[in-house]
Amino acid sequence: MLHSFRQLLRHRALIESLVARELKARYRGSALGLLWSFLNPLLLLLIYTFVFSVVMPGGRSGQVEHFPLFLFCGILPWTWFSSSLLESANVFVAGGGLLKKVLFPAEVLPIVTVLAGLVHFCLGLPILVAFILYYRVPITLDLAWLPLIVADQLLLTIGLALIVSALTVHFRDLRDLLGNLLTLAFFATPIVYPLSQAPGWAQRFLALNPFTHLAVAYQEVFVIPGPFTGWPRVIELGLVSLAVCFAGYFVFDRLRDTLAEEA
Amino acid sequence: MNAIEVRDVRKAYRRYGRRKQFATLKSALLSGGIIRDLKGEAAFEALRGVSFDVASGTTFGIVGRNGSGKSTLLKLIAGIGKPSAGDIRVHGRLSALIELGAGFHPEISGRDNVYINGMMLGLSKREIARRFDEIVAFAELEEFIDAPVKTYSSGMYMRLGFSVAINVDPDVLLVDEVLAVGDEAFTHKCLDKFAEFKRRGKTVLIVTHMLDLITRFCDPAMWLDHGVTRAHGDPKRVIDAYLLDVAAQENRALAAAPAASTPRDASPPADMNAAAEGRWGSREAEIVAVDFLRSDGTASHVFDSGEPVEIRLRVRAHEPLSDFVFGVGIFSVDGVCCYGTNTDIEGAEPAEFRGDAEVGFHLDRLGLVEGTYKVDVAVHRRNGAPYDYHRQLYTMRVTSKVKDTGTFRPPHRWTFSSGIRLSGL
Repeated sequence: MLHSFRQLLRHRALIESLVARELKARYRGSALGLLWSFLNPLLLLLIYTFVFSVVMPGGRSGQVEHFPLFLFCGILPWTWFSSSLLESANVFVAGGGLLKKVLFPAEVLPIVTVLAGLVHFCLGLPILVAFILYYRVPITLDLAWLPLIVADQLLLTIGLALIVSALTVHFRDLRDLLGNLLTLAFFATPIVYPLSQAPGWAQRFLALNPFTHLAVAYQEVFVIPGPFTGWPRVIELGLVSLAVCFAGYFVFDRLRDTLAEEA
Repeated sequence: MNAIEVRDVRKAYRRYGRRKQFATLKSALLSGGIIRDLKGEAAFEALRGVSFDVASGTTFGIVGRNGSGKSTLLKLIAGIGKPSAGDIRVHGRLSALIELGAGFHPEISGRDNVYINGMMLGLSKREIARRFDEIVAFAELEEFIDAPVKTYSSGMYMRLGFSVAINVDPDVLLVDEVLAVGDEAFTHKCLDKFAEFKRRGKTVLIVTHMLDLITRFCDPAMWLDHGVTRAHGDPKRVIDAYLLDVAAQENRALAAAPAASTPRDASPPADMNAAAEGRWGSREAEIVAVDFLRSDGTASHVFDSGEPVEIRLRVRAHEPLSDFVFGVGIFSVDGVCCYGTNTDIEGAEPAEFRGDAEVGFHLDRLGLVEGTYKVDVAVHRRNGAPYDYHRQLYTMRVTSKVKDTGTFRPPHRWTFSSGIRLSGL
């Protein structure tokens, strides 16, 4: 495993170039190009805002201050998370030919997917800032925690992406299963509702979902006034994410030799 | 010093039929056999204990039929996949030309693809930047390097892929049947590049069906057949052994073919030259069997162009005949008559034909160029009315070391006056 990891480090430049290629290639040929990285989350936000504050205004969302901003804090990282996993599930099935013909560390492909998602996430941040300015939410030193929260999410996503990508090669069913699991996870995460509004038993259930803590952390840092009290959980989550990442890498390394044959 | 060492390498693949059981989570869960399936016991062995060394600085050729395990072996040496058993060692930087341009992304420019492909093959960014102009020049794509790769023709695509791979400047280069890219001129350039590799003391391992390439370039060669080494050593001897085996196999296939399609009875066609294969006639006399014989009397269907051949007909007259002609015709596969004759044309006067008999048609030297030929045999009356006519029912394969063209090879020789010197003729 250590040997594999060293191999991976040697391919840093390749990962970098592949992320750049991913970004270049994605919007090649579309009129708006990279603008879609802004527009996609914005349009999604518009839909959710419409549903939860216009169609069903009676919901608990009414009790949240600056609801669209609150929503966006959850949707932006969630989009990164879910699209990374969905694309990872496909990455060897789509790029399988490559594995059979060129020798390079296979984990490069799912990692590139997650990193490209990170870039899209970062491109969405200016919109978030625009919202913050629009709602005149005070910007505090809490923001200093943001890089750590993003790092937590990065590790967690990479760990899961490695597992998902390697297992999907063997069990194609996982791709379809994953779509549904992610939908479940979306609603089991306080994104369209605040965690505090869920009944006590449900809160305990939601706490099992690692993304709950991420979403809450983003919300606390960006929207919720007052000092950031959730930092111990960010540290804890960091450790959990690191463990997930290691576990993911371990599973991937075990399945590595079968990938080129089965993909 | 060896560049590649392969020791008793085996590679087993799960049979495709089993894959289905394993491919869905549901079935794996239902049969409860995830662990059992992962072991994959009913396997297909692509390689069954292959061992060889490639000395540093030599060019090593591997030949073998489709499915003999050549590509599997190459992939294992390249590190794509692990052997099920055995040991492979490669000393020095390795580059594999297994599929050219694998990993090119259609939407981005040739320039970006060169960088990414180069990095996948193990170059650093700086190394690629240094070699970039050379790569592009070799691929002859200076004008198009900034266009997206999806706009390239397949030749351009392959050339760029080849150019990147060859410019990795490896110590050990693996080549899998990729020379058939691009036009003649580009192929020559590739061959020159291989020659240059050789001069600079690099090691090359080639898998190809272009046998003359092996005899021309390789120091030792190996023939792989069904996952085992059949011959290893001097390329000329290996190739000869391989060709002999291929001929023997073709022979068996051709021998099996007429039995599969026993001559059908049919009415004679209106236009003989346009007639398809078949058999017709009034059957007062019959051709019972047709054999192609070598000079030593053994039956075969594959002959060397310079060999003597006897076409032997076993015939039977159901009643005594005094009006009969035996004829033979040789046709190329596209239906052109290469040669046809009969006893009447050659002036024979028939007297008597009764009971079982044999007719031999002897060619002292076959004299046809390499290819597949169909043979007509017939016995008929002098006015042409057939007793038994076999139209293109027999197939004969002619092989030749000389790849001349046309259909007929007349006996010939070359002479040169002083001032011209050649060798090899």
